[in-house]
Amino acid sequence: MTNRIFKSGLGLLGVLAMSGAAAAQDAEARLVLNEETPMVTVADAPEHMADTGIRTIYSGWAFRTGTTQELQADDFINPAFLAVDEAIVAWDEVDGTAGESCANCHGDVEESMAGVRAVYPRWNEEAGELRTLAAQINNCRTEQMGAEPYKYDGSEMTAMEALISVQSRGMPVNVAIDGPVADIWEQGREMYYTRFGQLELSCANCHEQNYGNYIRADHLSQGQINGFPTYRLKQNALIQTQNRFRGCIRDTRAETYAVGSPEFDALELYVASRGNGLSVEGPAVRP
Amino acid sequence: MKLNRRDMIVLTAGASVAALLPVASSAQEAVDAIIAEFTGGAEMGAEGLTLTTPEIAENGNTVPVEVDAPGAASILVLASGNPTPKVATFTFGPMAGAQFASTRIRLAGTQDVVAIAKMQDGSFVRASREVKVTIGGCGG
Amino acid sequence: MVDTATPRVRVPRDATAGEIIEIKTLISHDMESGQRRNGDGDLIPRSIINRFTCDFNGQNVIDVAMEPAISTNPFFEFMAIVPESGTFVFTWYDDDGDVYTDSKDITVT
Repeated sequence: MTNRIFKSGLGLLGVLAMSGAAAAQDAEARLVLNEETPMVTVADAPEHMADTGIRTIYSGWAFRTGTTQELQADDFINPAFLAVDEAIVAWDEVDGTAGESCANCHGDVEESMAGVRAVYPRWNEEAGELRTLAAQINNCRTEQMGAEPYKYDGSEMTAMEALISVQSRGMPVNVAIDGPVADIWEQGREMYYTRFGQLELSCANCHEQNYGNYIRADHLSQGQINGFPTYRLKQNALIQTQNRFRGCIRDTRAETYAVGSPEFDALELYVASRGNGLSVEGPAVRP
Repeated sequence: MKLNRRDMIVLTAGASVAALLPVASSAQEAVDAIIAEFTGGAEMGAEGLTLTTPEIAENGNTVPVEVDAPGAASILVLASGNPTPKVATFTFGPMAGAQFASTRIRLAGTQDVVAIAKMQDGSFVRASREVKVTIGGCGG
Repeated sequence: MVDTATPRVRVPRDATAGEIIEIKTLISHDMESGQRRNGDGDLIPRSIINRFTCDFNGQNVIDVAMEPAISTNPFFEFMAIVPESGTFVFTWYDDDGDVYTDSKDITVT
């Protein structure tokens, strides 16, 4: 019993013993969900990162202690699945003036949503705009169902995002960065390297130049978002991607953008594309 | 009572010793009182109870704890440094397959987690482990 | 947060007579400790699940007295012995008087 829960403990020692960006991860640790679905937590960096100096991309999972890693390995002990259970109910519930539910249009969530999370944010040709998964869910609610939109980073939204994400777990993140989204992606890249706030920190300062190093008693990750929405132990709740962006920027002592803003949408597209090749992990567990 | 390094520095400096000691001792007294209530003041052995905790918890909100004491009737778990030290008491019934339980607990900071098993023969066993609770980097 | 607690329970569907099996339970609950303060600086009153029990065919497996130091969304793992086919009943007792239950059947072959 003891061995199973703490088997990643040696991995933790490996992480702590090393410092410096390149050597921060435990190369031996492997995430296998429910003893059946292997996850890619380490991959070659996508081509567009050629000039970043990063050759290998790591899931945030790789930076955690064995205890936290174990919480994600079994859906039963992953607290995020309490929210997934709620979303399974919501999927079938009629809401709004059109008398529709998610299931009325999309049918079985396991079939219709497989692969969806892996390609978001993505361009919506008909609307001529970039849509995050949250924006797409709310578009369905307001336009198809005649229902009130979910709060962008509220618990109903994160639960629905988690349910949809579960159907893509293990599939590689594969966000398109060219064609109609090229300019928005470029805008997101600029934001990633822009210093914000009184502390004058860019995303890159922490997550590109210092991943693996300590920030207080914690290891900086590469800031990958393949595990979102993520159950954050600190908040005891599922946390939405752009909610985490807001937290990061707040920590630089800056005025932040709003969740669902064009700026954060662009940043989400860019950050998601830095994870192209890692497995979709959401809902992950992080401290 | 035990004095840690910080207490010693304060003592040496002759600073507000009186202000510091009562806090430390009352927390220890609270833990001692809970243990005395559970054991009735009986002696506690050191063998037969396995307490498993992580050495380092990345967040004190959710720290996995396991207790395993073959032949126990019940097991008390305490977080000695929490404002309310009592965490849980597991009582095993006739259909228990092992005197084992695992849960997740809150720790207010780095501290000793203490478990005391009451064995079926009326004796008591104590185990203790320190858990270091780290402070997260980002608003943690 | 949801206004009702939702339990999740994992029990094997079948076992051999006398087998010792592993059971896991998780339930959604804030476990408000009574130590936190709200935006106005006032203490948020304690509101926790204070007891959890598991019984098999009317006989107790485990009975847990729970304090506010148990984490949000309480999780338990423990072992039971199953001499015959039957039903596990799980019960959580809330400070506010609510009682949440779940049950799982197991077939002994």
